[in-house]
Amino acid sequence: MKGTYLGEFEEVVLLAVAIRSGDAYGAAIVNEIEQQMNRSVNLGAVHSALSRLQEKGLVSSEMGGMTAERGGRRKRLYSVTAYGRRALEEIRQLRNQMWDAIPNPALT
Amino acid sequence: MKPPKFATFLLHLFSSPHRTEEMEGDLEELFQERIREVGLRQAQWRYVRDVVSLLRPSLIKRQEHHYPRPTNTTMLRNYLTIAFRNLTKYKGYSAINIAGLATGMAVAILIGMWVWNEFAYNKSYANYGRIARVMQNQTFDDGVKTWTGQAMQLAPELRSSYGSHFKYVVTADYPGSHLLSLGTKNISNVGNFMEPDITEMLALTMLKGTRSGLRDPSSVLLSETAAKSLFGDTDPLNKLITIDKKIPVKVTGVYADLPANSSFQELMFIAPFELKKKGLPDWVGWGNSWFQTLVQIADNANMETVSAAIKDAKLNKVRTNDDARFKPVMFLLPMSKWHLYSEFREGVNVGGQIQYVRLFSIIGLFVLLLACINFMNLSTARSEKRAKEVGVRKAIGSVRKQIMLQFFSESLLIVSVAFILALMLVVLVLPAFNAVADRHIAMPWSNPLFWIAAVGFSVFTSVVAGSYPAIYLSSFQPVKVLKGTFRVGRFAALPRKVLVVVQFTVSITLIIGTLIVFQQIDFAKNRPVGYDRSNLVSFWIKSDNLINHFNTFREELLNTGFIEEVAATDSPVTYTGVTNSGLEWRGKIPNMADEFVTLRVTHEFGKMVGWKIKEGRDFSKEFATDSSGFVLNEAAVAYMGFKKPIGEIIKWGDGTYKVVGVVKNLITQSPYEPVRQTIFFINYKRISLITFKINPAKSAPEALARVEAIYKKYDPDNEFNYKFTDQEYAKKFGEEERIGKLASFFAILAIFISCLGLFGLASFVMEQRTKEIGIRKVMGASVSNLWQLLSKDFVVLVIISLLIAIPATWYYMHGWIQQYTYRTEISWWVFAASGAGALLITLLTVSFQSIKAALMNPIKSLRSE
Repeated sequence: MKGTYLGEFEEVVLLAVAIRSGDAYGAAIVNEIEQQMNRSVNLGAVHSALSRLQEKGLVSSEMGGMTAERGGRRKRLYSVTAYGRRALEEIRQLRNQMWDAIPNPALT
Repeated sequence: MKPPKFATFLLHLFSSPHRTEEMEGDLEELFQERIREVGLRQAQWRYVRDVVSLLRPSLIKRQEHHYPRPTNTTMLRNYLTIAFRNLTKYKGYSAINIAGLATGMAVAILIGMWVWNEFAYNKSYANYGRIARVMQNQTFDDGVKTWTGQAMQLAPELRSSYGSHFKYVVTADYPGSHLLSLGTKNISNVGNFMEPDITEMLALTMLKGTRSGLRDPSSVLLSETAAKSLFGDTDPLNKLITIDKKIPVKVTGVYADLPANSSFQELMFIAPFELKKKGLPDWVGWGNSWFQTLVQIADNANMETVSAAIKDAKLNKVRTNDDARFKPVMFLLPMSKWHLYSEFREGVNVGGQIQYVRLFSIIGLFVLLLACINFMNLSTARSEKRAKEVGVRKAIGSVRKQIMLQFFSESLLIVSVAFILALMLVVLVLPAFNAVADRHIAMPWSNPLFWIAAVGFSVFTSVVAGSYPAIYLSSFQPVKVLKGTFRVGRFAALPRKVLVVVQFTVSITLIIGTLIVFQQIDFAKNRPVGYDRSNLVSFWIKSDNLINHFNTFREELLNTGFIEEVAATDSPVTYTGVTNSGLEWRGKIPNMADEFVTLRVTHEFGKMVGWKIKEGRDFSKEFATDSSGFVLNEAAVAYMGFKKPIGEIIKWGDGTYKVVGVVKNLITQSPYEPVRQTIFFINYKRISLITFKINPAKSAPEALARVEAIYKKYDPDNEFNYKFTDQEYAKKFGEEERIGKLASFFAILAIFISCLGLFGLASFVMEQRTKEIGIRKVMGASVSNLWQLLSKDFVVLVIISLLIAIPATWYYMHGWIQQYTYRTEISWWVFAASGAGALLITLLTVSFQSIKAALMNPIKSLRSE
């Protein structure tokens, strides 16, 4: 995690973008997180996390894909950048490393 | 199914435009989904929550632009930078330019504020436009005299016979200092006895009591200040006080102090005129013009009509008696004219203070003009240096409009700096100016008119000063300028020369004018006065005790050894204001409308002032008959046409008087006018002023202390206020001296500003001619040769100015001096001296630069090309 600290919620949002890859936009990510984690999320929190992630270079975005249920408005579609993917992997590796370091008896 | 409108509205109001679309889309999509999943209410609630959560600073923040500033402000910034660099590069010029303009502006602002203040005089009264003073013109043997004084019978007559023209008519005494006493507390205050309608006329603001309080015949209205000094914090209403220890009155009201800068500003109390009337003898009638009559005309009336209608108000009443001879004509002087148009000659209004207002307005305009000319001259001269800059700017794409804008904004910048400096200067000088001008002028910071004038003037100056470089320089062809084939036209310097001539003409005019004013003052000062003013001190009698015991008072003073002589008169010897008429003498032309200045004196008066007896003798106590004797001055002898005046009998009223002596003329009135026919006679009753002469061998302060101690024995209530006669006499020149001082200040300023300009211009010319001077030196020209060559141009300009200024000044000052009967001749040396002075100053100014240029090493000036 060189330099870029990823908060817990940011990590969740970044994972959601990865899950929905190709169709990751604000409302979809809200739905995804709500389904996965079974908790309600504010749209504002998601948007602000997305824009922070973009500033850090972990996701990129483009406009597109207007649909009828949005009243013909465009979406901002996010996708995970290579740097974002590496960051996710690093987090996972770090977690695994720490899991591995737990002596077995403690878990039982 | 629609989401809550206000939430959408809130989103549009705050969110950053570049995010709004996606946010709204997301909101809408989630809303529709949630209606299906959790119902409308819940969906709406979630919608609002989402909108609120979206309104966070990080999402409201506007999108950043990659090109944050429009390019044209960069160019404007460049203009400012260049302007600033030009200012700092030529520090000397900038300082001269800005300082000159700032002083000129400061003078103009000061004079402007003063003029404004003069015109605002009395305007704070609500009935300003309808109040007037009744004046009278009377025709005497030696001309028409205009008086403000009226008989007290006039007001009742105006009320009864001319009532429809007036709303209020008020008889008033002249304001004077009176002693107000509360118990043992005595305070002397300026007040007046006036009829009760005055309170309505002046629309007094009553702090306590009512305006009608003055209708009580033994009442008094106090000003706020007077009430405070007399009563402190206690309520003065219905308290009893006495005026001059004689008249008991009840305080029936307190009014807010009358506005400053007005005719009644000093009025500390108003008492009913009835009180004054009670103390007057029965014989006071139409012939005694001792009071003022103030009127407020009816609301529908017109000042001129009313003035014409009351013309014969007095004449109709005096047809049967003596006063008809003087053909009294009544007229109104509106309040708007009291201050600025108060002088009359031969019954015609000849202005007054307005002359000075005009004079100084002109001077102020001139000084400002000089400063502007300076500014224009220097900035146009400098601008030719910047032809190359214009060339480069044009070559890289500036259009003409931009270059014009650049020069205009540059001159606006300098003018603004000068204006701020001028304001600071005015704030600094204002207290001193107020002291000299005897005014209370404050900076009109909150007056929009002031700012409009200031901004308007600044823009005007900068446009005028900036127009030459803006229009002329922007027309250059860049190719010519950059190749160096560009030449300034032969006549480019002509307008500058004309402006220098204008500057010096104005300065020289001011200087000559000032010199002549001082010459006239000096002339009048050196006029033989006819008596000795040194060591004379006088004071007004405020207690009858002093009149009744005058002789013992005199003895006591003489016994101290500090006082040489004591005498009493009815008016000050330096200002004899009493005139009388109706005298009969042998050889008088029948029905001649005679008028004499009369001075009641005590026996030793002549001895004390040291008058010079020409014929006959002085008054003497050895001759009992002297109590009905006259001493005449030379003018009176000439007026009555006596060959041998001594022993002549003169009838006056019921009495007959014998001429015992003739004295040389004494100047007791204006030193600029011929001495008027004057009669001196003995009277110990109607005296109002005591004068004493301090022994020159003794110290004056000690003598005054002794006199005061004795004075207190006779009049314990009043303060001992004395005046030195020589100082009072000097006040006769006060007005002229004040004008002279101010005018000389402005004249010096004018010449200073002109010289500043000349200095800058000279240094510019020298710089331009550096190479020429170098070549001349190489060819063998001497320093004095060069000095002559370089100074000649400027001297010629000043000589032209002299040729214009001298005849103009002579013509104007000749007219001015005619207003004085006793006047100096305008002598040629004034012109010669100011001409020589102007030339000398010019030479000094220019020589500093020309000698510097002439001394320069030619190697240095020719080395570079």
